[in-house]
Amino acid sequence: MIRVLNAIVKREFKLAFSGSFDFALPLLFGVMVISLFPLGVSPGPEMLQKIGAGVIWVSAILASLLGLEKLFREDFRDGSLEQLRLSGQPFAVILLVKVVVHWLITVGPILILSPLFALFLNLTPLMFEALFLTLLLGTPMLSLVGAIAVALTLSLEKGGILLALLMLPLFIPLLIFATSAVNNAQLQLNYNGQLGIIAAMLMLAIALTPWSISFAVKVSQN
Amino acid sequence: MWKWLHPYAKTERAHQLAGTLFPWFALPGLILFTLGTVWGLVFAPADYQQGDAFRIIYIHVPSALLSMSVYASMAICGFIGLVWQIRTCYMAIAAIAPVGAVLTFIALWTGATWGKPMWGTWWVWDARLTSELILLFLYFGIMALYASFEDKLQAGKAVSVMAMVGVINLPIIHYSVEWWNTLHQGATISKFEKPSMAPEMLWPLLINLLGLALLSGALVLQRLRNEIVMRELRRPWVINMLKEQ
Amino acid sequence: MQFASLSEFFSMGGYGFFVWLAFGVSFAVLIGLYWLGRWQSKKIKAGVLTELARIERIKAARKARQNKSIDQGEVTQ
Repeated sequence: MIRVLNAIVKREFKLAFSGSFDFALPLLFGVMVISLFPLGVSPGPEMLQKIGAGVIWVSAILASLLGLEKLFREDFRDGSLEQLRLSGQPFAVILLVKVVVHWLITVGPILILSPLFALFLNLTPLMFEALFLTLLLGTPMLSLVGAIAVALTLSLEKGGILLALLMLPLFIPLLIFATSAVNNAQLQLNYNGQLGIIAAMLMLAIALTPWSISFAVKVSQN
Repeated sequence: MWKWLHPYAKTERAHQLAGTLFPWFALPGLILFTLGTVWGLVFAPADYQQGDAFRIIYIHVPSALLSMSVYASMAICGFIGLVWQIRTCYMAIAAIAPVGAVLTFIALWTGATWGKPMWGTWWVWDARLTSELILLFLYFGIMALYASFEDKLQAGKAVSVMAMVGVINLPIIHYSVEWWNTLHQGATISKFEKPSMAPEMLWPLLINLLGLALLSGALVLQRLRNEIVMRELRRPWVINMLKEQ
Repeated sequence: MQFASLSEFFSMGGYGFFVWLAFGVSFAVLIGLYWLGRWQSKKIKAGVLTELARIERIKAARKARQNKSIDQGEVTQ
């Protein structure tokens, strides 16, 4: 089991970094969206600080949406997803590993560059800390819940906009709690409550989504 | 009981049953809804704070309540469909979603027209309004997902999963929005509802709720019949039935 | 009866516009949904009937051709 998962992890990394630059696209997209806001709203540092958390979180959601689209697509097309399902290993666990690796590859860079975003939008160090923690706990949940919708729309030719319609409403609670944590940090208030709720949602997602994803993949494979 | 229920999983029997039940939903629904609306609009006393504008409640509250329970019924259909592999349930989801979307739209629309004279604005990011808006998006998502599959059996399974994911999320969305709203509480929002309504105001509301529920049921039955016929076009019983009509 | 006259009823204590907008659009949408279902079922039925008629026509034509070729004493496939 461990050996199989190891092989899958290695394969995912190899595929992601072999030649194509796709893994960096969500990050670039996020950076672009974030840099549009000061131009569109106002470059005033106070204003930016006020909207900063929301802007970064909305960009992170959109960027992860963009990245998720390719989560299972290639593997579904060339049949390797089918092979994995028939391999006799627990399919749900395999899919969970795939989602986690995908999260590391596409959202990881966003986490690494988040200090830059905080700088762009004039967040205080305390706010950045809250932002980083919410991103760390929240974005895996985005990937897990989003993967259900991705798996359901696998067999459709143009899933992109449908995917957004299906997923974005589900992400609203996360957005609310995450931005409120950062806002609390701005006022130097305690934000453990928000973090706790986000962590609880993540736990729930880890417990429930792998089976839903594997079922959704089965539906797509018919 | 299961033995008795089981034949109705067959599309032909379900179609028949929906046909027999339709008048039993439509007629009482129509009568009750008319009764409740006329009572509410003409005979119920005006609210002492809001005057006659409060009469919008007789369509707003029933549709808002039903929009949520209709979503739950859709998720239950999805669960039954997936667990017992019943195709009729998938068709029921396809039939329910547009009705739910219309109810949600009515709740939003009447909320806006009530908000304008009372709060001075068509829309506020109030907790209940916001979660109702998200509910509308969820309905649209289900409808779009169902429409985009060629193979409707696959579509049925996909929307079943989506409906169940949505129903788990719905309370989370609702409470998060409520919590968010108390944080961002604007000065304009105040609650007008009194803790309890006078009975002469409450009765028409309850009648309208029952009436609209029955009418929604009738609309679902009508759409279910269409959906079954569309899915089973090649079956002899459908062709015979259409010829006879 | 809460209203003394019909015009008073329509004005709804000054809120007439909003009340009738709410009720009017709601009824219109509900009736629209019902008519959409009716129209759909009619469309399905018409589609099936034309399809059936087409199949019948093809059958009849085939039969006619067969009879004709037998009359002429040709070998049919």
